[in-house]
Amino acid sequence: MTDEMADGPGYAIADDGSFTAPLNLAYPYSRTVGPIYGAFLTGLANHKVGATVSADGTVFVPPAEFHASTGERLDNWVDVANEGEVVSWSWEADPDDSQPLNRPFAWVLVRLDGADTAMLHALDVTDTSSVRTGMRVRVRWAADAEPGIHAIACFEPVEIAGGGPS
Amino acid sequence: MREVAVVSTAHSAVAATTETPIETLIPVIDAALVAAGLERRQVDFWCHGSCDYLVGQPFSFVSAVDALGAWPPIVESHVEMDGAWALYEAWLKIQTGEADTAVIFGNGKSSVANMFRVMALQLDPYVEAPLGPDQIALAGLQARVALDAGVITERDMAEVAARSRRDAVGNPAALVSGEVSVDDLLAGDKVRDPLRHHDIPVMGDGVTAVVIAADDAARSLTARPAWIRAIDHRIDAQRIGGRDLIGVPSAVAAAARCGLGAGRIDVAEIHAPFTHEELLVTRALGLDAGATRINPSGGALVSNVLMAAGLARIARAAESILDGSADRVLGHATQGPCLQQNLVCVMEGACWVPCVVPSSVSARPTTRVAGQTCPSPVWCGRLPIGRLRMRA
Repeated sequence: MTDEMADGPGYAIADDGSFTAPLNLAYPYSRTVGPIYGAFLTGLANHKVGATVSADGTVFVPPAEFHASTGERLDNWVDVANEGEVVSWSWEADPDDSQPLNRPFAWVLVRLDGADTAMLHALDVTDTSSVRTGMRVRVRWAADAEPGIHAIACFEPVEIAGGGPS
Repeated sequence: MREVAVVSTAHSAVAATTETPIETLIPVIDAALVAAGLERRQVDFWCHGSCDYLVGQPFSFVSAVDALGAWPPIVESHVEMDGAWALYEAWLKIQTGEADTAVIFGNGKSSVANMFRVMALQLDPYVEAPLGPDQIALAGLQARVALDAGVITERDMAEVAARSRRDAVGNPAALVSGEVSVDDLLAGDKVRDPLRHHDIPVMGDGVTAVVIAADDAARSLTARPAWIRAIDHRIDAQRIGGRDLIGVPSAVAAAARCGLGAGRIDVAEIHAPFTHEELLVTRALGLDAGATRINPSGGALVSNVLMAAGLARIARAAESILDGSADRVLGHATQGPCLQQNLVCVMEGACWVPCVVPSSVSARPTTRVAGQTCPSPVWCGRLPIGRLRMRA
């Protein structure tokens, strides 16, 4: 291995003499998402959060296509609120460009009002003292939202009149 | 059912290697075969567990056949899973009667990318994965649910880390080890609240290989095979917001189907890369930490070789049968986000079947009498044969 060979972008010679080069892998496919996810992701662009309901009354958000335990096909729809409560959270101290926010934020599981399951997303808070389990949060819609999970820019705390975040 | 046992194991793990996966595989597979006294041509079935996402190349697993030697033709298979699931397939293959011996191996090269991000690509591809969380974020969500519910404490988690590092002393496959106080660990920052550094696994590059064999083949290969008495795997729903993150229902179901509660477990090797996962799985399996030694190897927390760490748990548990230090053990493996899939493997040292000891094994009884305790604890453990199932 000569130094000239290690001249490309990101190329390097390791201490033990081995040649290393970057491999940036992506799967840039177009995919169809089917009637259930299609309706959900399109609804988000119209600022509606849709859910599927099983025979036992469980409301799934994001919608499930089938009940995981019974196999029941789920195609009864309801809309749920765009507000809910934090079921769990963990801190993202060093976000990167692929994540919903470019400053530290909390990953959250949010159970929207009317739903029985929780959805994963980001909560825009400045530090760990500003987030707690059970706090009220609402959807912040993306500007010019296109269908997809990124139509939700993130969640934000619901301010209670006369006080800080609930 | 055919009686199938683990007869030998081998491991390697380092923080980072520049070897190709094939170069890493060959010596470990050789070591497992040498320990079993088996030659490559005597292996009826090869089964491999790995993940192409780690290497970044579709069908990269096919090249692993170069480490086996494919001429004369061999019978081999691959699962896009931890090697523990390859062991399950090999066990099934032997049950069909098409093989008497099998080599199972799992390998992973975790050092080539941020595998915490790569593994999170297992999430739902439309509503979760596009948000870009990593495994640490997801683990933190699960840990906090359990912490909030009072099922575990941060001190419990630190005690798992301290015990794992202490037990890892002397284990050449451990990437971190040593004495550390729980209070010192708890004084550390929450680098990814609620998780501290010690709650997060140390990633490694390496291999685990296991040789299993059926019936008399197993008896001829080792003095005290680790007989697989039960093996089962179950799966929970994919999305983490829609399942019981504390109860881990698939682990409960797998344990029930393995009859885990039917007797004492001497050693349990739990595949728990994160500290809270060990606590949740121990709870789901109904293990009594007072009666059962948990993760005496140090576990995946101190050496997380992706796609091998689950198979390594079965191997480590089996080793305590092979060396005579335990009679009934458990190996557990998990895959998927937040303990989504769980495999339980129960192994025992005791022979169930009165057997003729091969003449090549000297100084051991040549026959045993039904109703009597086996005279040789080295050979078959301590259960009276008369209680046990007779050979059909």
